[in-house]
Amino acid sequence: MFNHLLSLLIWLPVVGAVPVLLAGSGRPSLARWLALAVAVLTFAVSLFLIPQYHLDGAVMQLGEDHLWIASLGVHYGLAVDGISVALILLTTFVSILVIVGAWEVIQDKPHQYMAAMLVLEGLMIGVFCATDALLFYVFFEAMLIPMFILIGIWGGPRRVYATIKFFIYTFLGSIFMLIGLIYLYQKAGTFNLHALAALPLSMTEQTWLFFAFLLAFAVKVPMVPVHTWLPDAHVEAPTGGSVVLAAVMLKIGGYGFLRFSLPITPDAAAHFAPLVIVLSLIAVVYIGYVALVQDDMKKLVAYSSVAHMGFVTLGIFIAFMLVRDAGNLDAAKLGMQGAMVQMISHGFVSGAMFSCIGVLYDRLHTRQIKDYGGVINVMPWFGFFYVLFAMANSGLPGTSGFVGEFMVVLASFSANPWIALFAAFTLIIGAAYTLWMVKRVLWGDITNPHVAEMKEINGRETFVLVAFAAAVLALGIWPQPLIHLMDNSVAQLVQQLAVHKI
Amino acid sequence: MELSTAILLTIPLAPLVGCLLAGFFGKFIGRAGAHSVTILGLLVACGLSFYVLYQITAGGAPVYNHNLYTWFEIGKFSASVGFLIDRLTAMMMVVVTFVSLLVHVYTIGYMADDPGYQRFFSYISLFTFSMLMLVMSNNFMQLFFGWEAVGLVSYLLIGFWYKRPTAIFANLKAFLVNRVGDFGFLLGISAVLYFLGTLDYATAFAGADSLVGKTLTITQGVHWDAPTVICVLLFIGAMGKSAQVPLHVWLPDSMEGPTPISALIHAATMVTAGIFMVARMSPLYELSSSALSFIMIIGATGALFTGLIGIVQNDIKRVVAYSTLSQLGYMTVALGVSAYSGAVYHLMTHAFFKALLFLGAGSVIIAMHHEQDMRYMGGLRKYMPVTWITMWIGSLALCGVPFFSGFYSKDAIIEAVGESHRWGASYAYFCVMAGAFVTALYTFRQMYLTFHGKERFTVKAHHGHGHDAHHDDHHDDHGHHEPGVLEHAPTESPWVVTLPLVLLAIPSLLIGFLTVGPMLFGGWFGQAIHVDEANNVLGELAGEFHGALSMALHGFNPVGPFGLVLLAFAIQTYIYLFNPALAGRVKSALKPLWTVLDRKYWVDDIYFAVFARGGVKLGRLFWKAGDAAVIDGALVNGSAGLVQKIAAAMRRLQSGYLYHYAFAMILGLILLLGGFWLVGH
Repeated sequence: MFNHLLSLLIWLPVVGAVPVLLAGSGRPSLARWLALAVAVLTFAVSLFLIPQYHLDGAVMQLGEDHLWIASLGVHYGLAVDGISVALILLTTFVSILVIVGAWEVIQDKPHQYMAAMLVLEGLMIGVFCATDALLFYVFFEAMLIPMFILIGIWGGPRRVYATIKFFIYTFLGSIFMLIGLIYLYQKAGTFNLHALAALPLSMTEQTWLFFAFLLAFAVKVPMVPVHTWLPDAHVEAPTGGSVVLAAVMLKIGGYGFLRFSLPITPDAAAHFAPLVIVLSLIAVVYIGYVALVQDDMKKLVAYSSVAHMGFVTLGIFIAFMLVRDAGNLDAAKLGMQGAMVQMISHGFVSGAMFSCIGVLYDRLHTRQIKDYGGVINVMPWFGFFYVLFAMANSGLPGTSGFVGEFMVVLASFSANPWIALFAAFTLIIGAAYTLWMVKRVLWGDITNPHVAEMKEINGRETFVLVAFAAAVLALGIWPQPLIHLMDNSVAQLVQQLAVHKI
Repeated sequence: MELSTAILLTIPLAPLVGCLLAGFFGKFIGRAGAHSVTILGLLVACGLSFYVLYQITAGGAPVYNHNLYTWFEIGKFSASVGFLIDRLTAMMMVVVTFVSLLVHVYTIGYMADDPGYQRFFSYISLFTFSMLMLVMSNNFMQLFFGWEAVGLVSYLLIGFWYKRPTAIFANLKAFLVNRVGDFGFLLGISAVLYFLGTLDYATAFAGADSLVGKTLTITQGVHWDAPTVICVLLFIGAMGKSAQVPLHVWLPDSMEGPTPISALIHAATMVTAGIFMVARMSPLYELSSSALSFIMIIGATGALFTGLIGIVQNDIKRVVAYSTLSQLGYMTVALGVSAYSGAVYHLMTHAFFKALLFLGAGSVIIAMHHEQDMRYMGGLRKYMPVTWITMWIGSLALCGVPFFSGFYSKDAIIEAVGESHRWGASYAYFCVMAGAFVTALYTFRQMYLTFHGKERFTVKAHHGHGHDAHHDDHHDDHGHHEPGVLEHAPTESPWVVTLPLVLLAIPSLLIGFLTVGPMLFGGWFGQAIHVDEANNVLGELAGEFHGALSMALHGFNPVGPFGLVLLAFAIQTYIYLFNPALAGRVKSALKPLWTVLDRKYWVDDIYFAVFARGGVKLGRLFWKAGDAAVIDGALVNGSAGLVQKIAAAMRRLQSGYLYHYAFAMILGLILLLGGFWLVGH
C-alpha cells in the first residue's frame, strides 16, 4: 500500500464518489454516511504520510512514476515533500468537516453534492502530489469542474454570474500557464518539474514564463488586482464550497509559486519580487480597508482572505530579497516558513470563519451584518467559537493566525523595515474589520426578533467548530512540529533561490 | 538551591485550570463551585509566588532561566517558551497573584447577583494566567503572547456586560488602540531580531553593546541609530498597554467593565505591563538617551495633563481612572530618567493603593445601588466606616503623604527627575511637581464628595413590598429611576468586600516604610535592572538616604511636594466642607478651561473623526472606486462587455439573408481586386 500511497490518496475519494452518487437521491442518508466513510478513510490513509515521510531523508519522497502519454513524454509522476504533506493533511482534514457541515444543510441532491466534494478532494490532493507539469495542469484545471458545479447548483441567487466570473478568471490565468508549459516542453522535451528546474533559460524567456505563471497563480491566491472573483464566488457558494475554496483551493496558488515560479524562473522572479511584494502589501492594507466596510459577512471574510494570503506571497518573495540582496539565508527561510505556516493556518481559520457564518446563515438565511446583533444572548457556545476564530483572524498569539504573520514580519524587517511596517499594519486593520463585525453580530442587545429565536449550535456543528478550534490552538501553541515537517523542503527552496540560471 | 520547574509551571497553570473549569463547566459546578476552583487556583499560585520570592531573596536560589519547549526553530533563529525568574519577576508575580487573589474574593460580593458569575471568574483567572506568562517570560515571543493575551481578556472584561452599547464600544476601542501600540511593539521585536539575531532576553542583553554605532537605513542617506529605533518601537507598545499619551484614550472608557477588573487589570497589573517591560529591557534602553528622553517627556505630559482631567470628573470610577493614567505617567517618567527601580517600586505600591481605591469605589457603588455619580453621594462615612477609612489610607498613599507607601515611591521619582540631566528633564520636573498638586486636588475632592459633607441622596420611604436587594448593573434600567433616590439606606458591604480592602490597606500603609531601603536604594533588583553609572540618579539619591524614618521626616518639607499636597488639602477642605457653592462659582469663572478638561482636550473626538470615521470613508472609497469601479467595472465586466459588443457586431454580419452575403462577397471582391490594382501600380 505504501508504494502507491499517493495514488491511493488521490483516487480513493474520486472512486469513492461513485457509490455515493449511485446511492442516488432516494437514499440521502446512505449517501451521506458513505461520503463520510470515504472522507474519514482518506484522512486515515493520509495520516500514514506522517510516519512514511522521513524528515531527514530526501526532499521528494514516496514517488511514483509511470509513462502516461508516450507521444508527449507526459508522465503520471507523483511525489511529496514536507510542504505537500502538510497541505494534503489540511485537505483531508477539511474535507471531513465540510461533509459533516453539509449533513442536513444540503437537502437538494445531497448525493451529488457529497460526490462533487469527494472528487474535488481527490483532485486537490493530486495537485499537491504532481511532479509532472502537465499532470499538475490537468489536476489544476479539473479541479474547477466540481467547484463550478458546487457553486452553480447549490449556490445563491447570483450564482451564475459568480460561477462564470470564477471560471473565466481562473481559466484565463491558467491558459497562459499552459502556453508557458508548451514552450518549456519544446525546449526541454519533458514536463518533469525537476528537469525543468535545471533547465537554463535566458532572462527574456524567464520573464515571459514568470508572468505566465504569475497570472495563473495570482488569480488563484488571489492577489490584487485579480481578486474580485473571490468575494463574488464566496457570497454565492454554499458553506461547504466556501470552506474548501478558502481553506484549500487558494493554497494551490501559493503552492504553484513554489513549484513553478521559484525553481523554473528564479532570476525573473528575483527581478520582479519587488512587484509581487508591493502587490502583497496592497493586499494587506488596501484590502484591509475594503474589508472594513463590507455589509455582507461572507464578503468581509473573503476580503480578509485576500489580505491574509498577502502574507503568503510576501513571505515567498521576500525570501528573494533576503537571499539575493542581503545574503541572509536564515531570514529567507524564516519568511518562507512563515508563508507556509500562514497557508496552513489560513486553511483552518478561514474554514472556521466560513463554517461560523454558515451556522448563522442556516438559522436566519441572511448574511447581512445588520440583520444580526446580540447573537451571544441566545448562542453563548457559538459565541465562544466565533470570538476564538475572530481572534485567530486578527492574529492573536496563541492561535495559528499569529504564527505565520509573525514570522513573515520578522523576516521582512531584515529585508526592509518599510515592508515590515506595512505588513504589520494588519495588526490594526485586521483587528478592526474582524472585531467590528463581531461587535455588530455577536455583542449588544437583541434588536431583530428573529435573532431571539435562534437555536444554540447542535452536536454536529459543535463537532466541526471544535475540530477547527483544536487545530487553530494546537498550531498556535506549538508550531514547531509543522515547521520541522517542512524544514528540509523550505531549506531546499531557499537554496534554489540563490542559484542563477542565466 | 535552584527553583524547581514544576513549581514555576504550576504558578501560571493553576489559574488556567481554574479558568477552564469555571468557564467550560460553570453550569455543572455552579456559582460556589466556580469561585471555589478559581480561588483555589489563585491560592496555589499566590502561595507559590511568595515561596519563589522568598527563595530568590533569602533562600539563595540563583536566577532561573530555562526554556520549556521550542516554539519554532528555523536556521539560526528560534523562539521558545520558557521562564526567567529573577527578583524583578518574583516581585511582579507576587503583586499580580496577591492582588488577583483579593479581587477574586471581592468578586464574590460584587458580582453576587450577576448572571455571568461563572464567566467572570473564568475571565479573571485567564487574565492571571496571561499576566503571569507575560512577566515570567524569558523571551520576546512569549512576552508578546502574554502582552496580547492580557489584551484579549481586557477586551472580554470591558465588554462583560455585552448588552450595553457603551461597553461594547469601549472594548473595541480598547483593543484597537492597544493594537496601535502592538504594531510598534511587533516592529520593535523585529528590530531586535534583525540587529541581535535572537529573541531570547539573556542573549539579546548580552549582545546589546554590539548595537552601539549600528544604524538602520530608513531611506537613502537617512540612517537612524539602532538602539533608539529598537527602544522607541518597543516603547510604542508600552504606550498602548500602559495608556501613555497619545494612546491613553482607551483607559477611561475601560471603566465600562465591572469594578473588580478595573482594580485588577486597569490599575494594578495589566496597565503596568509596559512599565515592567521597559524595566526588563533596561540593558537596551540604557543605550539610547534619545529614547529615554522621549519616554520621559511622554510620561511627564501624561502625569500632569491626564491628572487635570480627573479634577472635573463626577463619576467616582473615572476619577480613579484618570488618577491611574497620571500615576502611570509618573512611572514612565521614572523610566525616562533611568530610575527603573523607582518606576517598578512605584508600580508595586501603586498596585496596592490603587487596587484599594478601585475596590473601595466599588464598595461605595454597591452601597449606592450602582449609582456612580459623586454628585448624588456625600456623608457616606457613617454608613460604611471600613470603606471610608481604608479609602482614606489609599488616598493619602496616592497623594504621597509621608510614611504612606506612595510617598516613598513617588517622592523618590520626583527627586530622581530633579537630579536628572536628561534633555527635557526640567519640563518633566515641572510636570511631576504640578502633578503632585493636581493629584491631591482630585483625590481630596473625591473623598469629600463621597464620604463627607451633606448627603445628596434621599432614601425612599419603605413601602413594605419585598425589597429587591439585587444590584446587578446588568440591567441598564435598574437603579437609575431617579438620580439620588435610593430604595433603602446605604450599608457597609459584606465581609468578602471589606476584607480585601483591609488586606490592601495594610501594604498601602506599610510596604513603603518596610521596603524602601533595600528595594529602592539598596540595589535589591541586582542584575535584573541595569543602569549605566552616568545615568544612576537613584544611586546619587541613595547617598542621601538614611533610613525610611528620616526620609519620611524630611518629606514634611513645606517647600516640596508635601507643601503642594497641603495646599490642595486646604483648598478642597475649604470648598467642599465649608463653602460648597464656591465649587460652582469657580467652575463658571473658569468655564473655557473646564470645557477643555471636560472634553478631554478633544483627543477622543479627533481620533474618532479621523481614524474611525475616516477609516470607514477610506474603505468605502477603496471599495467603490477601486474594486467596484476600476477592477470589476472597467476591467472585468468591461472586457466582458467588449467581447459582447464585438460578438454583437459579428452577429449582425451573419443575418441569414442571402442578399446580405452576396453583397458582402461582391464588396469583398471589389476591395480585393482594387487592392491588387493599387499594389500593381
